Amino acid sequence: MNIIKKFALVAGMGALLSSAAYADGLQGKVIGFSQIGSESGWRAAETSVTKAEAAELGIDLKFADAQQKQENQIKAIRGFIAQGVDAILIAPVVATGWDEVLTEAKEANIPVVLLDRGVDAPEDLYLTSVASDQVKEGAVAGQWLISTVGDKPCKVVEIEGTVGSSPAINRKKGFDEAVAAVPTITIVRSQTGEFTRSKGKEVMEGFIKAENGGKDICAVYAHNDDMAVGAIQAIKDAGLKPGTDILVVSIDSVPDIFSAMVAGEANASVELTPNMAGPAFAALDAYLNNGTIPPKFIITESKLYTPADDPQGEYDRRKGLGY
Amino acid sequence: MADTARPVVQARGIVKVFGQHRALDSVDFEVRAGEVHALLGENGAGKSTLIKILTGAYQPDGGEVLLDGAPVQFTDPLHAQSHGIGTVYQEVNLLPNRSVAENLFLGHQPTRFGIVQRKQIYAQARELLATYGLEIDVKAELGSYSVAVQQIVAIARAVMLSGKVLVLDEPTASLDHNEVKKMFEVVERLKARGLGIIFITHFLDQVFAISDRITILRNGQLVGTKDLNQVSATDVVRMMLGKDLAFHQQVVGAAESVQGPKQVEFKSMGRAGRVAPFSLSLHEGEVVGVAGLLGSGRTEMARLMFGVDPADSGEVTVGGKSVSIRNPAQAVAAGFGFCPEDRKLDGIFADLSVRENIIIALQAKLGWFRALNHDEQIEVAGRYAEALDIRAANHDMPVKLLSGGNQQKVILARWLAIDPSFLILDEPTRGIDVGAHAEIVRTINRLREEGLALLVISSELDEVVAYSNRVVVMRDRAMVAELHGADIAPSVIVAAIAENTAATGGTA
Amino acid sequence: MKRLNWKGALLRPQFAALAAVLFINWLLFPGFFDITWQDGRLFGSVIDVLNRGAPVAILAIGMTAVIATKGVDLSVGAVMAIAGAVAAVMVTSGSPAIVAVAAALAVGLLCGLWNGVLVTYLEIQPIIATLVLMVAGRGLAQLVTEGSIVTFSDPVLIFIGTGAFLGMPMPVVIAVCLMLLATLAVRRTALGLLIEAVGVNRSAARFAGISSGVLLLVVYTFCGFCAATAGLIVAGDIRGADANNAGLWLELDAILAVVIGGTSLLGGRFSIPMSVVGALIIQAMNTGILISGFSPEFNLVVKSGVIILILVLQSPLVSQWVSARTTALPVRGPKRKPL
Repeated sequence: MNIIKKFALVAGMGALLSSAAYADGLQGKVIGFSQIGSESGWRAAETSVTKAEAAELGIDLKFADAQQKQENQIKAIRGFIAQGVDAILIAPVVATGWDEVLTEAKEANIPVVLLDRGVDAPEDLYLTSVASDQVKEGAVAGQWLISTVGDKPCKVVEIEGTVGSSPAINRKKGFDEAVAAVPTITIVRSQTGEFTRSKGKEVMEGFIKAENGGKDICAVYAHNDDMAVGAIQAIKDAGLKPGTDILVVSIDSVPDIFSAMVAGEANASVELTPNMAGPAFAALDAYLNNGTIPPKFIITESKLYTPADDPQGEYDRRKGLGY
Repeated sequence: MADTARPVVQARGIVKVFGQHRALDSVDFEVRAGEVHALLGENGAGKSTLIKILTGAYQPDGGEVLLDGAPVQFTDPLHAQSHGIGTVYQEVNLLPNRSVAENLFLGHQPTRFGIVQRKQIYAQARELLATYGLEIDVKAELGSYSVAVQQIVAIARAVMLSGKVLVLDEPTASLDHNEVKKMFEVVERLKARGLGIIFITHFLDQVFAISDRITILRNGQLVGTKDLNQVSATDVVRMMLGKDLAFHQQVVGAAESVQGPKQVEFKSMGRAGRVAPFSLSLHEGEVVGVAGLLGSGRTEMARLMFGVDPADSGEVTVGGKSVSIRNPAQAVAAGFGFCPEDRKLDGIFADLSVRENIIIALQAKLGWFRALNHDEQIEVAGRYAEALDIRAANHDMPVKLLSGGNQQKVILARWLAIDPSFLILDEPTRGIDVGAHAEIVRTINRLREEGLALLVISSELDEVVAYSNRVVVMRDRAMVAELHGADIAPSVIVAAIAENTAATGGTA
Repeated sequence: MKRLNWKGALLRPQFAALAAVLFINWLLFPGFFDITWQDGRLFGSVIDVLNRGAPVAILAIGMTAVIATKGVDLSVGAVMAIAGAVAAVMVTSGSPAIVAVAAALAVGLLCGLWNGVLVTYLEIQPIIATLVLMVAGRGLAQLVTEGSIVTFSDPVLIFIGTGAFLGMPMPVVIAVCLMLLATLAVRRTALGLLIEAVGVNRSAARFAGISSGVLLLVVYTFCGFCAATAGLIVAGDIRGADANNAGLWLELDAILAVVIGGTSLLGGRFSIPMSVVGALIIQAMNTGILISGFSPEFNLVVKSGVIILILVLQSPLVSQWVSARTTALPVRGPKRKPL
């Protein structure tokens, strides 16, 4: 991929995603960012958005890719401390084992902000953590379904994430609780699609066979967009119209779900924003310049996208982020 | 000194049976304090079985083991070691990545209040090795020293832990001439200290260099125990190979006069470190017997001829035309066949059927795309199974269910199926019963009459004499003699094998 | 070459296991055997079993030959990902579909050849040799796709994954063709016997004049080709190359299918069609679980329980016991003939 073109796109995005204009608040500050790696498209997008945000604010961002290893992250953080950076962002690869290095940062008086995942360490060791609320993501999807089907009876099939993973547990919880309030909406089947497109397709095929050739299914809720894309193909293969005969709602808002929306085959997607850095920088600005202590947990917005939200535009914008 | 000493360990009437096979049949053996007692015999003679009984690895099915005159029953080698019997094997059984001192004392470190006294270990190790004439850095890794030093360390450890009897199981097999000398100095020292030493080796010159007495086993039976100064090398070879000295002259056919044209010729073929260059030609309707002790290079020669190990010198001509034999597939293409010594490892396909085992070489020769169909397979297998009288309930049963003799015939049938011009048989009668023996010998004679050129390696001198038109003798990885006509007699062969043994260096 | 005793063959435990799994599926879901005609193709749960089982069946075809030589190929899942990635990236950058498919298959052949060279000429143990590509291969695929799912809309590629021929899904058609071709190739030529000979005793094979090196190269290369074919199907099916997940852990399913099919991991006797049956048993189970409505937490427990049962039924001990009880019916197993 053409790197210059990519950067140009990212810079354009940055202006849009930037949460606010803090007049040269972090200009010239040095901030270290220890990223997990690039195991998924979303992760790659988070990295490019963070870099774009930093560039926008004039931050000198020191980026370190840990390649899925905690020891690499700890090394990188020690490096940041030694360099005397003004702040550190960490997307922690695991939850445990951070106490020591966070204490070192605290003793060096460097504020630490955690991105998109929490850690099992005393809260006073870090400034704040920025993350999405996975339960809320499920709830937003559920709310959308309730408002769309109204009081008509609706049988929902649910394609879950990997069994035992926290997004699968939480996104299920949020959705199930939301639709439980409406007795006409029932979840008739639930299976794991392991967060992959091909498993999502296979599971949906099974659901369709089991529910009268799919004619009894009113909506499918998938724990991520990839599985929804697979499910859409299964619905089409069964001779039904996704988005019309069966409503499709999912979470993440990756580019491919927007192209499905453009084709009228997907109905809604809740965004897991890759812009964790925006709120983090805002909190750091307030803290470093005014001494304002931010709340311990900053929850990012779980924005709902539907075909009404310029899906083609969203697709084009996101395609440049490395999804 | 040996004649006055008392026996330390005695074995009386030892019997050991594996399944149907009597590995040891009422064997007597003893080793006295202060003697080196060589234990000799070809493969399968029962040497290692006897040693395993003496060191507690096996329990005898009959007879008894006496230690200092009192019967003992060792449950395992550790038990035997604690009673004074230690063993050192050809492959050093120590830890190459630990220091010499640690290896000496592993499991027996001198400790104080449970703490290993490192300094003390080093001092003791140096002291101990000095008594073996070895002055080396005991803190260095064992693996950094030569095999000879490692062997001596292993001996020192074994002697320290046992102290009465030391079993040396082919300790010199991978040592060079000087290292062997060094090893023998150590053995002399131990002998002087009054240890009884059992020495197992294939090198006759080493036997004569160091031993006081020898005991010879053959086919699980005791041939005899002799004082070394009462026997010659020829006697020893005869005892190892021959049949109870009843050597009868046997004239074979009209010897070389009837043989046909030259079939295959090997010219100064050799491979460094394995076999010295040799030349040999075989004619149609000729059997060349190969005699020699184990390790003399006889199997190595056959492997070279068949391309199992590629030769690094020499050339091969078949029917007057030069051919390249770099691997067995080329040998098969040239019309060679090879029945290997280790049938189970290199010969049979245990899980495949008798039929498939017979046709496999022919199929390999024909190639992938000229498959024998089912009927052709049945026909070929049937023809050769009948010709060799292979007794199998049916040809679809796995070959592993056949007896050893029938398996050997299956491999023979496999080669006959390719209509070979030259056949190598390595110990064709080993491990098969007496009846099948005679049958194999008859088959060899018949194949010769049919015009095949055969090379037969065997330790059974009577058999070699019975079917060979010529006999070549191997010694120290070289072809040392070629015997014709009247010279093809066990006594002459034995003399040729034993010749100069005491003078040649037993280097590996 | 071998005379198949159909009556005997159908009495093999694998067919009984397949029938049992299908029967249980029918109990759980009465519409299981319903097949309808829709949009020019057959449609139904049984078709799903065939269609979804096709990739693993195709892997198992190649894997059978490898395992028969006493080897194993752990890299097939990764090779699937590479092949899918290559085809997807090529069509999205404008290459004709035929070229992209040919390139993907060529990459698969190369991957197999690589494994074969490691095993044959460097004499690395197959499990280690193919582990190299298993780990590195997925990284390679991610490199090709730059870490994201490469979605495409090329009709040819999509047809390979989701099209139909005479009403049958293309993956099924491809799997059946490959199975027939491979079976003919090994049984109508001497390849099958020579592969078995090498697997039973490689040293004896050498002494018998078999060029086992070339044979192993061919076998591993063919396995790579099968993996690439499966990779194309999986990519075509989801209209995208998912380097992170395509073929993930499928090497284990393929090995399992071969073992269920009765080929020993110790090499020797093998049967390609029976491995395909093994793959179908696994998929019938997966599909059964999907439509059963059980909570997904039970998936792996149910699956492992059934597999243990099948393997126990196939064990020499049990089959001896069974054949002792049914001496009237001569069961003709490949290896465990009552004697």
